[in-house]
Amino acid sequence: MRNLSEARLTSIWRIIVCVAGGLLSLVQMASAQPLTDSDTEQVRRGEYLARAGNCMGCHTTRGGEPYAGGRKLNTPFGQFVTPNITPDKETGIGSWSGEDFWQALHYGKSKDGRNLYPAFPYTEYTKVTRPDADAIFAYLRSLPPIAQTNPPHKINPPYDNQALLYLWRKWYFNEGVYQPDKSKSDEWNRGNYLVQGLGHCNACHTPRNVWGASQDDQLTGGKIMGSYWYAPSLISPLEAGVSEWPVEDIVELLSTGINSHAVTSGSMATIVRQSLQYLSDYDIRSIAVYLQSLGEKKGDAKAPRKARKMPEQVRQYLALGQEVYEKHCQDCHGQSGEGIPKIYPPLAGNRNVTMSPPLNTIRNVLYGGYPPATAGNPRPHGMPPYQHFIRDTEIAQVVSYIRNAWGNRGSLVSPEDVDNSRGSEF
Amino acid sequence: MKFFAFIFLAMISGLASAAEPSSSGLSDTLEERVKPCIICHRDADRIDRDAYFPRIAGKPAGYLFNQLRNFRDGRRYYQPMAILLENMSDEYMREIAEYFAAQPYAYLEPVVPALTPDEIKSVETLMYSGDPERDLPACSACHGEKLMGVQPTIPGLLGLPHAYLAAQFGGWRNGGIMRGQIPDCMSEIAKKLTQEEVNALVQWLPGLPVSGQSTGADALTPELAQRCRTILSGKEVTR
Repeated sequence: MRNLSEARLTSIWRIIVCVAGGLLSLVQMASAQPLTDSDTEQVRRGEYLARAGNCMGCHTTRGGEPYAGGRKLNTPFGQFVTPNITPDKETGIGSWSGEDFWQALHYGKSKDGRNLYPAFPYTEYTKVTRPDADAIFAYLRSLPPIAQTNPPHKINPPYDNQALLYLWRKWYFNEGVYQPDKSKSDEWNRGNYLVQGLGHCNACHTPRNVWGASQDDQLTGGKIMGSYWYAPSLISPLEAGVSEWPVEDIVELLSTGINSHAVTSGSMATIVRQSLQYLSDYDIRSIAVYLQSLGEKKGDAKAPRKARKMPEQVRQYLALGQEVYEKHCQDCHGQSGEGIPKIYPPLAGNRNVTMSPPLNTIRNVLYGGYPPATAGNPRPHGMPPYQHFIRDTEIAQVVSYIRNAWGNRGSLVSPEDVDNSRGSEF
Repeated sequence: MKFFAFIFLAMISGLASAAEPSSSGLSDTLEERVKPCIICHRDADRIDRDAYFPRIAGKPAGYLFNQLRNFRDGRRYYQPMAILLENMSDEYMREIAEYFAAQPYAYLEPVVPALTPDEIKSVETLMYSGDPERDLPACSACHGEKLMGVQPTIPGLLGLPHAYLAAQFGGWRNGGIMRGQIPDCMSEIAKKLTQEEVNALVQWLPGLPVSGQSTGADALTPELAQRCRTILSGKEVTR
C-alpha cells in the first residue's frame, strides 16, 4: 500500500514538473508574441465580464459553438436571430475595430451604421464603461474564429422599417454610461451597474409596452418576451422583492440556484447556470445589496384583504386539489407545504406559488425540472414533469389548493389557465 | 411578520437538517435525485405496457449519457427531456446514466407479434444478416447477437414498447425531429427500410424476451467500430 502511494506521489511530482515545464515554455512562447501581460489580463477580465453579461446565453444555440450565434428569439415583432460574434472575418466580427464594438454596445449601431434592434439589449449595455467594453471585445477577439452564417431575422412589417426604429430610439433609448451615486456605497453602485447595465436584468424583469420598450428602469416584473415564463417583480414583497431577506440568502439563491426558501426555475435557472454562478463573491454580494435596497417593505404594500369565509363551492374545489396534492406532491413538499430546505422548496409562504400570474407554478407542475447544477449545488434534486400524468383540471385544482393552503392566498386557477401556460422554445 | 416567522422557521429547520440529515427523513441518494425520471421510466413492478416511455434500466451507461446530452443540447428532440435537462452538467448526467445502467431491468413480458411467417422470415433476415444489396448491416452486428446492446454506447433493442420503437423509426426516417450524432447511422439505415419493414420490425422486437447483458465493445467488427467511431469515443461537447 505504501509502495503504491509512494509510486503515486512520484508520478504526481513528475506531472507537476512536466506541467511546470510546459507552462514555462508557454510563457516563453507567449513572450515571443506581441501580447503583453496587460493584454492577457484584459482578455481574462473580458471573459469574466462576458460571463456577467451572459453574452453566450443569446449568442449560442443549444449545443452549438460558443458565441457563433444562430439562436432564434421569437417576439411579437418577429423572429430575431443572434449574430456570430466570434472573430471570423466573413461571418463573425473579425473585421470589427474596438470602436465598432463600442458603437454597437453603447449606441446600438452596427458597423455599417444601421440601427440595431433592441432585442440586443443596448438599452442596458449603454451603461457599460468603455474599459469594460474594450475588455469584452479583447476577449471576443481571442476566441477561435468560427465560420458560421446564421439565417437573417424575420421581422414582421411594419417593424422592419428602419425609420420606425429611428423613432423608437428617439423615444425609448437613453444613451449613457452608468454614473455612480456618490451618496451610496461602492457595493451598491457596483450592484446597480451589474443589474441595470451589464447584467441587463431589466430585459426580463420590467414590463414592456406595446412597442417592446421597457416601461421604465423599475424592475417591476413582466412576462418575458420570447420566453414562456413570468419574470417576477424585484421590488414587490408579493413577488421576488428581497428587502426582507438577509444579503447572504440572496447571494446563495443567485450563486447556487437554491436557498432555504426559494429555488430558481425556468429562464432564471438558466441565468444562474450560464452566468451568475461564475461571478466573484464581491460582485454577487454587490448585486444582493443593490437588490435588497430596491425592494419595498412588506408594510409598504397594500395590506392583504382580511380573509373572508370561503364560499362552499370554492372549498370543494380546493378539497379536490388537496386530494391531488396528497397523492402526487406531499411526499416531497410535505403535509404542511414545508418542503425540505435546499432540496424541495417549501410551498407554504412561497411567493412563486402565490404570485400573480400563476404562470410559473403551473409550468413547474407541467414540465418539472431540475434546479441548475452549480458549484454550490452540483447534484440538485428535481421536480417530475406531470404533463403526462395529471389532467389540466387536476393541475388547476392542485395549483389553486397550494395557492390557498397553509396561510397562502392567491387567485384560483382554471384548466384554461393551465392550457394557456403551455409552450416552450424547444 | 408571518413571512419573517416563516423564513425563521425555514432557516431553523435548514440548520437542523444540515446537522442531522436523517431528521428530514430523506436519504442522500441518487435514487431520491432521479425521482423526476422514474415518473415515466418506471420501476419493474409498475411498468405499463401501453406507455410510450422506454426502459432505461440496464442500458449501456455510455448510450444513456449520450442521449441525455443529445436531449439537452438539441441533437435529439423530445420537449419534456429538453426542459428537464436544460440546466444539468455533464458530470451529473454521467452519474445518472451510470446509476440507471446498473439498475435491474424493468422489462415488458413479450407480446406475440401479429405477423405472417413470411414477414417474420424477412424481419429475421434483416435482424441477423442485413441486406448487402442495400448496404444494410444486420441489426445484430451493432446491437449485439442477443440484441441487448454493446458497451459502452449501443443500446439494446429488447424490452421496449412498440409505440416507442415506432416513434424512433418515424423520427429517423423523417429527419428533423431526430438529429443524432454524426455519422447518424440509424437515420441512414431507417431511410433505406420500407414502411412495411419498419412496421414488421417494431412488432417483432417486443415479441422477444429480455435476456442476458449487453456485450463488451470488442464484439464490434473493426469496420463498424470505424463507422461509429465518433459515437464510441463519446466526444465531449463544449457548452
